[in-house]
Amino acid sequence: MDKTINQKAWFLVLPVFLVVAFSAVLPLMTVVNYSMQDTFGNNQFFWNGVGWFKELLDPSTDLGGRFLASLGRNLFFSAVILAIEVPLGIVVALSMPREGWTVAACLVILALPLLIPWNVVGTIWQIFGRPDIGLLGYVLNHLGFNYNYVSNEVDAWVTVIVMDVWHWTSLVALLCYAGLKSIPDAYYQAAQIDGASRWAVFKAIQLPKMNRVLLIAVLLRFMDSFMIYTEPFVVTGGGPGNSTTFVSIELVKIALGQFDLGKAAALSLVYNLIILIVCWVFYTVMTNAGSERPVKEGAA
Amino acid sequence: MHSIPGRRLIMGLFLIFLLLPIYWLVNMSFKTNAEIVSTMTLWPHTPTLQHYRRIFTDESWYSGYINSLEYVVINTVISIAVALPAAYAFSRYRFLGDKHLFFWLLSNRMAPAAVYALPFFNLYSAIGLFDTPWAVALAHCIFNVPLAVWILEGFVSGVPREIDETAFLDGYSFPRFFIKILVPLIASGIGVAAFFCFMFSWVELLLARTLTSVQAKPIAAIMTRTVSAAGMDWGLLAAAGVLTIIPGALVIWFVRNYIARGFALGRV
Repeated sequence: MDKTINQKAWFLVLPVFLVVAFSAVLPLMTVVNYSMQDTFGNNQFFWNGVGWFKELLDPSTDLGGRFLASLGRNLFFSAVILAIEVPLGIVVALSMPREGWTVAACLVILALPLLIPWNVVGTIWQIFGRPDIGLLGYVLNHLGFNYNYVSNEVDAWVTVIVMDVWHWTSLVALLCYAGLKSIPDAYYQAAQIDGASRWAVFKAIQLPKMNRVLLIAVLLRFMDSFMIYTEPFVVTGGGPGNSTTFVSIELVKIALGQFDLGKAAALSLVYNLIILIVCWVFYTVMTNAGSERPVKEGAA
Repeated sequence: MHSIPGRRLIMGLFLIFLLLPIYWLVNMSFKTNAEIVSTMTLWPHTPTLQHYRRIFTDESWYSGYINSLEYVVINTVISIAVALPAAYAFSRYRFLGDKHLFFWLLSNRMAPAAVYALPFFNLYSAIGLFDTPWAVALAHCIFNVPLAVWILEGFVSGVPREIDETAFLDGYSFPRFFIKILVPLIASGIGVAAFFCFMFSWVELLLARTLTSVQAKPIAAIMTRTVSAAGMDWGLLAAAGVLTIIPGALVIWFVRNYIARGFALGRV
């Protein structure tokens, strides 16, 4: 379907442009402004050039050390949750019932964690994991594990990761399920005639058909886990020590806790730049996948 | 052929894994605080409604829900209203900078809220909107407007172009075509987009908390008050948490077949 060229379409897009520009471009300009300046309070600012950026990217300074440490933790966190959520999501999608009321029931329960406010997700796991009043913490401690997410770094990490798996695996599962549903029955019948094994069906039919949704799922999960703030903040507060302080938590600490505007702004810009690059990859993948759609439908 | 061996077991275990923490929260909300801290009970032995009663009678508590709903509704209305014409434009026309604009919108959906917390605080203080639902509603537009545009674009593209052409041949003006023909055709899409705007605005805390102090404080921020000198009021915290889950759980049924599409930004 060819789109017609019509510059008047800009009038239709204008409201969106204005609203988003107001809440994105204006604030971002403030950030750029701050990132180049230093202040000693009283609203007096001094030109600092690229000083903050130099400090940020130099691990020997306090700011640089904190930034790179939190960036490392965040990338590790994203890698771990992707490694768990993607295979688990595929397995859950393959386990979905085929028809009847159970399909709707499963869909609704799967989606439930996605609709819970993020701080309540934190609260749920805070309560669930406490050794004194939480079922999980109580059971683990009575099984002989000395589990306490408040004081032990490993336990804090495990809690944050399990919480994220609980919160977001459903997203991967729902997307994969949507991909699986688009496979025509004829494919399965053909496989049956060929005597294909269960694994061959998965590898040759289901996985290729899930490709596009899986890419979307991986990129969405990466982006969102890279920006994670509320859930670990509620559960661990970034601790014990700094062990679960991710980039967003560090940024809010510097910006709203210490009110170090210059440092926070420099960090924001670098953070945003990373997101922008990943986002570009995401966009390219999505639009390319979208252009394949009609061909696929024609082939099916 | 679709399924794998032991699928019922896997599905069952996973659903239990999802429901158990939620059950624990509900369980706590019906217990007295004495029962919570003294014994480990799998269900409330002395069920009580005291926490819920407190939330519904104490204005500082229930006003939090009203404040949250207020900015969420304003945000949803703004997002859908501006996104509808834009979605039509992106779906039907090519114009200068369309692809860049579409990408720019997506990049805002992905931008970390933490980056915007401080500048938003300055911006809305400067224009006198700080601590009003409008500040939070406008701030949440940064991720909800792009989301609505992306979802609606998918639905508008599903409407055959011939319908537009026939309507214009029949003498419909553009606004009349839009309201009388296009909007009813993509009503389900508007519902889905509205649901996702509602949801993402409802679950967000960082910006909502930063942009309010007293008057427009959202329920999520009020929940942090349960920490007091006498220790945590776990029962109250749990009850407040349960009440925040209910709006999502109620409407989820209506969009269950579109959930994947919404989370994938309309691209499934």
